[in-house]
Amino acid sequence: MRKKNPQWTGAQIVVQTLIEQGVTDVFGYPGGTVLDLYDELYLHRDKLRHILTAHEQGAAHAADGYARATGKVGVVIATSGPGATNLVTGIATAMIDSVPMVALTGNVATSQIGRDSFQEINIYGITMPITKHNYFVTDVHELADTIREAFQIAKSGRPGPVLIDIPKDVQLAKCAFTPQGVVAPQPQKEVSQTEIDRAAALIQKAERPYIYVGGGAAACGLTEEILAFAERIDACIGCTLMGLSAVPHHCPRFLGMQGMHGRYASTMANRRADLVLGLGVRFSDRATGNTATYAPEATIIQLDADLSEINKNVPVALGLVGDLVENFKRIAAACAPAAHPDWMDEIAALRETERKLTQAAQTVCDLSPQRLMDVINDEKTDDTLIVTDVGQHQMWAAQCIDLEKARRFISSGGLGTMGYGMGAAIGAQIGDGSRAVLITGDGSFGMNLNELTTAVTYQIPLVIVLFNNGALGMVRQLQELYYGRRYAETELARKTDFVKLAQAFGAKGERAATLEAFRAAFHAAMRHRGPTLIEVPIEKEEPVLPMLPPDGADGDIITTKEAFQ
Amino acid sequence: MRSVIAVYVENKFGVLTRVAGLFMRKGFNIDSLAVGETEDPQYSRMTITLRGEESAREQIIHQLKKLHNVKEVKLLSDGETVERELLLLKVRNLPKTRTEVMAATDVYRGKIIDYSTDSMVIEVTGEPLKIQAFIDVMQPIGIMEMGRTGTVALARGADVLQEK
Repeated sequence: MRKKNPQWTGAQIVVQTLIEQGVTDVFGYPGGTVLDLYDELYLHRDKLRHILTAHEQGAAHAADGYARATGKVGVVIATSGPGATNLVTGIATAMIDSVPMVALTGNVATSQIGRDSFQEINIYGITMPITKHNYFVTDVHELADTIREAFQIAKSGRPGPVLIDIPKDVQLAKCAFTPQGVVAPQPQKEVSQTEIDRAAALIQKAERPYIYVGGGAAACGLTEEILAFAERIDACIGCTLMGLSAVPHHCPRFLGMQGMHGRYASTMANRRADLVLGLGVRFSDRATGNTATYAPEATIIQLDADLSEINKNVPVALGLVGDLVENFKRIAAACAPAAHPDWMDEIAALRETERKLTQAAQTVCDLSPQRLMDVINDEKTDDTLIVTDVGQHQMWAAQCIDLEKARRFISSGGLGTMGYGMGAAIGAQIGDGSRAVLITGDGSFGMNLNELTTAVTYQIPLVIVLFNNGALGMVRQLQELYYGRRYAETELARKTDFVKLAQAFGAKGERAATLEAFRAAFHAAMRHRGPTLIEVPIEKEEPVLPMLPPDGADGDIITTKEAFQ
Repeated sequence: MRSVIAVYVENKFGVLTRVAGLFMRKGFNIDSLAVGETEDPQYSRMTITLRGEESAREQIIHQLKKLHNVKEVKLLSDGETVERELLLLKVRNLPKTRTEVMAATDVYRGKIIDYSTDSMVIEVTGEPLKIQAFIDVMQPIGIMEMGRTGTVALARGADVLQEK
């Protein structure tokens, strides 16, 4: 390093570029083809913290959770072969939910590529359809700029994961390196004033406006603006699963999540609206039901960062592509205040119907999911990170958990990845610093419970609430309705003792058989330094209601348990 | 509905797979795809012909624009575009069909580019419909083997895909 133009190895360049891009934490798992990279990580452990998970999938979900909680780019590192393939589910989960992430994988030396060498896999080809972009770097001279470009792509426009595959010899090869600044996201195209005015005119004409908030709005921090705008044009607000934490739930105009297991009032209001203003939504089938009968009277305006989302699932009257915050603010500024008392009366009536339906459908038992969620609401703060796995517990959480701040609800929406929660909770907690509560089920938890070891090692302040119904409840519910109650492989006759399991990993383990016991255990867990698992037995027969059947119209919404009996 | 799309891409490893993979993923069928380097070796130009409804076509153009290595995508409109395809076709060289083969080649402004005692290779260039018509003529005579390049197209006039 005494030379005028010092030469850096590829591995050094990777670590230096990560530091240069402002990365402070990486998740990963070492292996043969990333030995050089890990050697550099070891030497720079004061600047770059590496979190070792139990499995690469956990590391990928952790990088994803980290990104969702902080808005920063999550970074994951894995070795070649199985290390790389274990990232696949995590990358696909991040892709469909538009999470900024950079995945770095090692590969065998370029001379060994194509020879079916030990732990050789074409992860570049495998991840092409599930990344925003990916790279196979064969020249060390291109390495630093490739990493910079990867960060830029990950966070520009509609965010997403980018993978960089780096063969071992490229990590060893040397070249010059000059540090640069953090890359800025690429600017987006500006929308013309004519289009803004057109959107405003359509909104002004509306009598039943519905603001439909998605993950895109949640990710760019549109909160106050939405509230103010809804107030001004006298609209109600609904959201997707991904948009749940974009709007403070105490807002009286907020009707909650709509769709398949959404709240009755928001699903119905969405379908009754004569104007739907979509903010960072993609009209997913789970949120719309049958698109042919979706919001039949509505003029739809869609604001998104991604051109290909316009007219993809639902034809819209106007699609504005570009910076969501910018475009929304411009539209808001162009709209005059309005009042829609009839619409507000209708919304109030929908809310009243919802209240009655919810009351009638609630199981009058001590440990109903809704009561358990209420305890979590009582004990949590506005900063608490609510993370879920996938299944019935996820939908109950989406329906019942009160959220007041953005980036506080972390859940696999598009891919529906069971086993997402443990890794995501660890990553979110490490990134944000607030305590995490993982709401999970016995099915999902069983998939990646190995990450308990990570939570214990790093003393993550994490409360795992495990809803144990001895079943794969969400699938079982579909079998109950549509498959003549033939519960093919969804009733789990497992003998797992979750309390002992948690203890064996070094975590606290509790079982709460009553609501009061749960309250006490949860209260204590929220003050415990490390991870606690609380197992709560719930009824196997408890369905998630309401339910808009897949491809269903509003008349098809199931709101009572009678449908199941 | 048949559409012709021109795609200007970076001439890099994996780009063809990316484009082809996108069509597969989204369930769109490609009728033909022709690709080659441009005057600037850093870029290649693809001509893709496909069939599908207008909404599907719009979606595929939007999806193509999202690919990082894709620099420009343009729908080439009917009538405003010149299209050509190259066909190489091998037929048996038999005394009883030789004259017919040569006459047809002449009418279609083709060329015989290989002649042996057993076979002939014919080159025909033209719009895809003309190519198809020539194949139809040769079919009863007996095609031994053939290869088509797929359509290559440019907009008429001074219109270009990528302004310099």
